[in-house]
Amino acid sequence: MTRSAVLVRDVHKSFGDVEVLKGIDLAVPQGSTTCLLGPSGSGKSTLLRCMAFLEETTSGTIEINGQPLGFAETGDGRRTRLPAGDIRKVRSRIGMVFQQFNLWPHMTALGNVTEALVTVRGMKRKEANAKGEAQLARVGLGDRGHHYPSELSGGQQQRVAIARALALEPDILLFDEPTSSLDPELTGEVLNVMRELAGGGMTMVVVTHEIGFAASVGDKIVFLDQGKLLLDGPPSEIFGAPRHPRLQQFLETYLDRGAATLV
Amino acid sequence: MSMRLFELMLWAAGNTILLSAISILIGFVIGLMVCAAKVSANPFLRIPGTLYVSLFRGVPLLVQLLLIYNLLPAVGIMVPSVVAAVIGLSLCTAAYQAENLRGGFQSVPRGLLEAADMVGMSPWKQLVRIRAPIAFRLTLPALVNEAILILKASSLVSVVGVIELTRMAQNLSASSFRPLLFYSVAGAMYLVICWAVAGGGSIAERMLRTGSRA
Ligand SMILES: Nc1ncnc2c1ncn2[C@@H]1O[C@H](COP(=O)(O)OP(=O)(O)OP(=O)(O)O)[C@@H](O)[C@H]1O
Ligand SMILES: [Mg+2]
Repeated sequence: MTRSAVLVRDVHKSFGDVEVLKGIDLAVPQGSTTCLLGPSGSGKSTLLRCMAFLEETTSGTIEINGQPLGFAETGDGRRTRLPAGDIRKVRSRIGMVFQQFNLWPHMTALGNVTEALVTVRGMKRKEANAKGEAQLARVGLGDRGHHYPSELSGGQQQRVAIARALALEPDILLFDEPTSSLDPELTGEVLNVMRELAGGGMTMVVVTHEIGFAASVGDKIVFLDQGKLLLDGPPSEIFGAPRHPRLQQFLETYLDRGAATLV
Repeated sequence: MSMRLFELMLWAAGNTILLSAISILIGFVIGLMVCAAKVSANPFLRIPGTLYVSLFRGVPLLVQLLLIYNLLPAVGIMVPSVVAAVIGLSLCTAAYQAENLRGGFQSVPRGLLEAADMVGMSPWKQLVRIRAPIAFRLTLPALVNEAILILKASSLVSVVGVIELTRMAQNLSASSFRPLLFYSVAGAMYLVICWAVAGGGSIAERMLRTGSRA
């Protein structure tokens, strides 16, 4: 059995008095693509952000490649926060792609991709540029390196963001609705890049409303509802009959995102 | 107006520009420190920072200048009046610039810093490479505005005897009995300087908006 790239065990997360994640267990196998579906407010982003330690869980554990993320159990059932250096080290295995791209507006596409190579990994500028160019070429933007984000379309910006994450050679890529802020005609170019990454064996966790993409690319579909993991299985099983009524209801709201073929 | 008198006015305008520019610069550095103190979690920094801003924004600049001009000799510090003027202008503009900077830093979208977190940048590197450059771009229009305000407010330092544009116009008016002429020329010179600053600011903003091309 292959080791899990991400292992989530009994994770709870509250914002103030509101419990948003109510005991999530999830294993993300290496080299697989897991698609996280669920209605708005069900906790998809929160779960993904916990996997990146952008949110701290209230209880439970998350392991990345077998290493604890953020907290270490002390044995007596309690936990301590790991030092910032340890957190950065475990997190360096993870790349994140955001709905709003979050490119740094004062740097070119190439600057965005190479920034961490130089300032974090200590690579020489020339070497970093070569690597950055290669990553941009990989997402089909080899000729756009010297453009600023404001000079690129949404689809191109999101592909730069993917190249930025890829440049650091992560083991796991997390996507939070990577195409939700794009015009419909631009989603394809981003989904294609993701499809290629999945084909190349990258471990990915993708929060998405693109049901068609989830059904065709996902090795595993996870359906979240009200902070609980309602369904977890291969697409054939999750989307096949008999279908859970909550999922059916959800799919019917996404007919135009490729769900039509399933409903 | 004779050429010689016009040259005197120009020289005084140069003093106004120099005085304002130095004050804006020093005020920027102090403003940065006050801003950092104000947003600090440490109350021993935060409270003085907050006090500083409310004090220097709440007392009229003219009163501040007269206070500093009279206070320094009283505590045994002898400085030329021009130094007292620069100190007064700098301390005052620092309070406003601190608030501008705070606004700029707080307007940096969280997501940009989360992206920096995800690529492993330490808080210090994030500050230097991401937060400060973006905050500065966001602050630039307010900074240009502040520079124009200080240019005009620098006329107040004439009360402590610094020969800048307003004081020169006063002196020449008194000796020539032609106040209308000299104050008109002074007003026109202020206008031209402010236009130049505003124009330079717009060009800088345009350049920074598409990146740092050009
Ligand atoms: N920082 C926060 N503070 C307080 N409440 C939050 C915070 N972030 C999320 N929540 C709440 O947690 C719940 C789950 O939010 P989350 O963003 O994870 O949902 P989601 O499944 O990603 O929804 P969507 O499809 O709309 O993106 C929501 O009710 C939201 O209001
Ligand atoms: Mg979300």
